[in-house]
Amino acid sequence: MERAGLLRFWDSSVGKKVVMGATGLILVAFVILHMAGNLQFFSGSERFNAYSHLLQVDLIELTWLMRITLLGAVVLHITAAYQLTMRNRAARPAGYVKREPQVSTYAARTMRWGGVYLLLFIPYHILHFTTGTLHPAFVRRAAYGNVVIGFQVMWVALFYLGAMAFLGLHLYHGAWAMFRTLGIARPSNDPLHRRLALAIAIIVPAGFSLLPLSVMLGFMH
Amino acid sequence: MKVVLHVWRQASASAAGKLVDYQADDISPDMSFLEMLDVLNERLIVRGEDPIAFDHDCREGICGSCGMMINGAAHGPMKLTTACQLHMRSFSDGDEIWIEPWRAKAFPVIKDLVVDRGAFDRIIQAGGFVSAPTGSAQDGNAIPIPKQAADDAMDAAACIGCGACVAACPNASASLFTAAKISHLGELPQGQPERMKRALAMVHQMDLETFGGCTLFGECQEACPKGISIDTIAQMNRDYIFAAATEREATDVLGSG
Repeated sequence: MERAGLLRFWDSSVGKKVVMGATGLILVAFVILHMAGNLQFFSGSERFNAYSHLLQVDLIELTWLMRITLLGAVVLHITAAYQLTMRNRAARPAGYVKREPQVSTYAARTMRWGGVYLLLFIPYHILHFTTGTLHPAFVRRAAYGNVVIGFQVMWVALFYLGAMAFLGLHLYHGAWAMFRTLGIARPSNDPLHRRLALAIAIIVPAGFSLLPLSVMLGFMH
Repeated sequence: MKVVLHVWRQASASAAGKLVDYQADDISPDMSFLEMLDVLNERLIVRGEDPIAFDHDCREGICGSCGMMINGAAHGPMKLTTACQLHMRSFSDGDEIWIEPWRAKAFPVIKDLVVDRGAFDRIIQAGGFVSAPTGSAQDGNAIPIPKQAADDAMDAAACIGCGACVAACPNASASLFTAAKISHLGELPQGQPERMKRALAMVHQMDLETFGGCTLFGECQEACPKGISIDTIAQMNRDYIFAAATEREATDVLGSG
């Protein structure tokens, strides 16, 4: 039964993909801002704790608005991804004995499992650095110390770096695909080419990774 | 030259299929891929075996009838080439070649390498047309069309509906086909009155046919023998978004006027 209006949009494969693209755009903007904010870690403890104070006290209403927006975006992004994946699997019940991917990138092929990794990482990351629930020595609003102590645990830092690797792959495909999905990409003679996405996919995870790496290597303490 | 073939044999839609090995000797490198299958089939008939069923018609790369997965690639290893225009010189003596039908829930196998592509026809029926009576042919320049729009429409219209995009897509998505048809008409003035309705109806039919969705792997564009660009998919999405945002229920026409 065909539904009308927004429900019909949500029912269609194009509509769900557009929802993924639009929420993806929000999430890409967020990771860029989050990464830029994190780099203040290298300005030292006072500056970084002041930044944390700004977000958690002075601008708390704005922070909550952002959290709710992000939660909504993530829920829609994952719901659409899950439903589309199920449809896509059902669309080819009998596979090929021999199939050679011609141009699809490793990034495109790891979107789903990379997404699952990030889905495991994000709640852990919030419980680790935001609520402190899973942090060995969490001190409220002492963000600098929390980061240093947090990343001194080897497996935590490695789990974080793994998430950044998948984030990079996810961004390499996603930050390019979202503009095509939303229908705002300019026609191109080489539509598979992705310069902006490559820059985002390298700079964002690299910026994030500087924190655990600098702690692990003992530069920041 | 000699090649070893592993061909998908399936007696009927309901029968179980399997790969069967054939040795094809005395093959000329100048034969087309389908001629090679013809030669093999003649030998099979002489031996009293069932020949391999495959779709073909024009054999000059323009009708869209032929199509099979050859060594894991739709229409085989040559870019911008249908299976009928692929020649045996693209292979080496002694090569093993895997031949399988297009695989998609929406393209059920009828026999061997022949699949039912009726789903494409139904997508076209849903909106891939211009319903204004056109009368006799107009003067060529009666309706001004920007050069770029004419070129883009022509590029999209090159789609022959062979189904390689579906076959090559990891999601068995018909997005490239549907987008080509939507772009072809949507670029031209004659296609404007039904542009929004067309996008909604064709995308809806595409979903009903159980094709998967687009994840922009780009495999379809690579497999397409006519070089249809995934830019058409962005165009389809743009039309679909705009159509969904602006659609309204048909108003009842009552009274005079």
